[in-house]
Amino acid sequence: MQAATKTDPVSLAAAVPVPGATAEIVPFRAPERPANDRLKEIANKTASTLLPPLIVLGLTLVAWQLLCSEPGARLPPPTKVVTDAWDFIVDPFFDNGGIDKGAFWHISKSLGRVAIGFSLAAVCGIALGVLVGQSRWAMRGLDPIFQVLRTVPPLAWLPLSLAGFRDSNPSALFVIFITSIWPIIINTSVGVRNIPQDYRNVAAVIRLSWWEVFWKITLPATVPYIFTGLRIGVGLSWLAIVAAEMLIGGVGIGFFIWDAWNSSRISDIIVALVYIGVVGFLLDKLIATVGHFVSHGVSAQ
Amino acid sequence: MEKPYLRFEQIGMSFRRGQMATEVLRHIDLDIAKGEFVSMIGHSGCGKSTLLNILGGLLQSTTGEVFLEGKVVDEPGPDRAIVFQNHSLLPWLTVYGNVAIAVDKVFGASKSKAERHDWVMHNLELVQMAQARDKRPHEVSGGMKQRVGIARALAMQPKVLLMDEPFGALDALTRAHLQDSVMEIHARLGNTVLMITHDVDEAVLLSDRVVMMTNGPAATIGEVLPITLPRPRRRLELATDLEYARCRAAVLEFLYARHRVPSRAA
Repeated sequence: MQAATKTDPVSLAAAVPVPGATAEIVPFRAPERPANDRLKEIANKTASTLLPPLIVLGLTLVAWQLLCSEPGARLPPPTKVVTDAWDFIVDPFFDNGGIDKGAFWHISKSLGRVAIGFSLAAVCGIALGVLVGQSRWAMRGLDPIFQVLRTVPPLAWLPLSLAGFRDSNPSALFVIFITSIWPIIINTSVGVRNIPQDYRNVAAVIRLSWWEVFWKITLPATVPYIFTGLRIGVGLSWLAIVAAEMLIGGVGIGFFIWDAWNSSRISDIIVALVYIGVVGFLLDKLIATVGHFVSHGVSAQ
Repeated sequence: MEKPYLRFEQIGMSFRRGQMATEVLRHIDLDIAKGEFVSMIGHSGCGKSTLLNILGGLLQSTTGEVFLEGKVVDEPGPDRAIVFQNHSLLPWLTVYGNVAIAVDKVFGASKSKAERHDWVMHNLELVQMAQARDKRPHEVSGGMKQRVGIARALAMQPKVLLMDEPFGALDALTRAHLQDSVMEIHARLGNTVLMITHDVDEAVLLSDRVVMMTNGPAATIGEVLPITLPRPRRRLELATDLEYARCRAAVLEFLYARHRVPSRAA
């Protein structure tokens, strides 16, 4: 007789009073604080994000200095790196002809290659990803091939592309392209497959055409996934270009390292490594920032 | 005899998974008049949402047909706009954009750009969301999201407004507010509404008729209870109203005494 107890005529929910009056909406204003306080807060925040990495960096440099200071050490200590590579550090814009150029010229040449190869990979990768995400047959046919090809290391493609293009520059571009395209394809297709049924229902009710669904639902819903793929892709393409340039030669930060090794300029190599790391970091942040704006801060689940 | 505005005729639905077929709905017959507010109530899994999706055109019934104004319903369309349970707003569009995407598509040919803009704003005002037009869905509360979902559906000027547990995910106070809004809008516009719910008070308060579903599998309409309470209805006065209490008791009795879900705690 459980049911009998549940049939009391007046429930709590019905008895909850609902105020009929609507309140005026007044914008909430944070109380003003003295500028001093705010400055202090900003300083505190900056210190808490900047101090830990700076301390760790300092400790590493000290340890490195101590370890490599003994006579007969195989690698130069930081102080020697700075004095050896001083010209290379202070003037990134010199140009003595040939490949004897400043860091700026090497890095911008490499970045230019990445820009071309990566843009091609982005366009083709997103297109293929949408195809694979939307069509079951395309997925069944292409996905196994993608899964095998994506594990091929970038440099393994180089001989083949040299044979195909018979020129070092397009070969380098192809290596970047083929390295960075896989995560873009895979993430885009996952994004397309994960579009909530609700969005498709909405599109069906308002009768969007195939093309409108693509532009107004599929692409925007997939943007967070696409940018995840682009971020991984840009990192991989930077890895690939440095490796590829070592083999194909000419101007570029990759060959700069190889050239420095051949003439035993270890300090230059170390400086170049720092530059490569910083540039790779900035590339990643750049794509992340663009993605943040394009997706209006709506991140992938 | 006059044809009914909306008619479910011998609707049956089975889902097939491999060799197994589960019958969800059987022999659903229901006529709904123009301007009528009908609620459908039943325990979870009784196929209420399936029936709504058949009317919405998102699912095809296995047997039987749905007729709207004498025409067979066989695909989704804006004349049967749906308010989804989880609001289903597109997160990359603003509140305004979410209504505009529907208005632009449905009235793209018949209304000018300025008219469409006015129509979007009119519907946002109807649900009191005009002031939040430039916010994105994640910046507004659950109740506000559902208001926008209602505005989007109303903006399509549907022949029937379908609501799939529209307030299920909201807290009691927000729900009460929205119920009042829906009653007010229904009084003003005279829409034909089919609402799925499992809230007894909500069903009795809002509806002209409450359709009670038996339990699945092979659920069907168990009973239809007309609610003759005069409109406008005020929930405070109804709390002590005898007729309201009687209707409420009738629905509760159906759900918990005669069609209790066996071996499942409510």
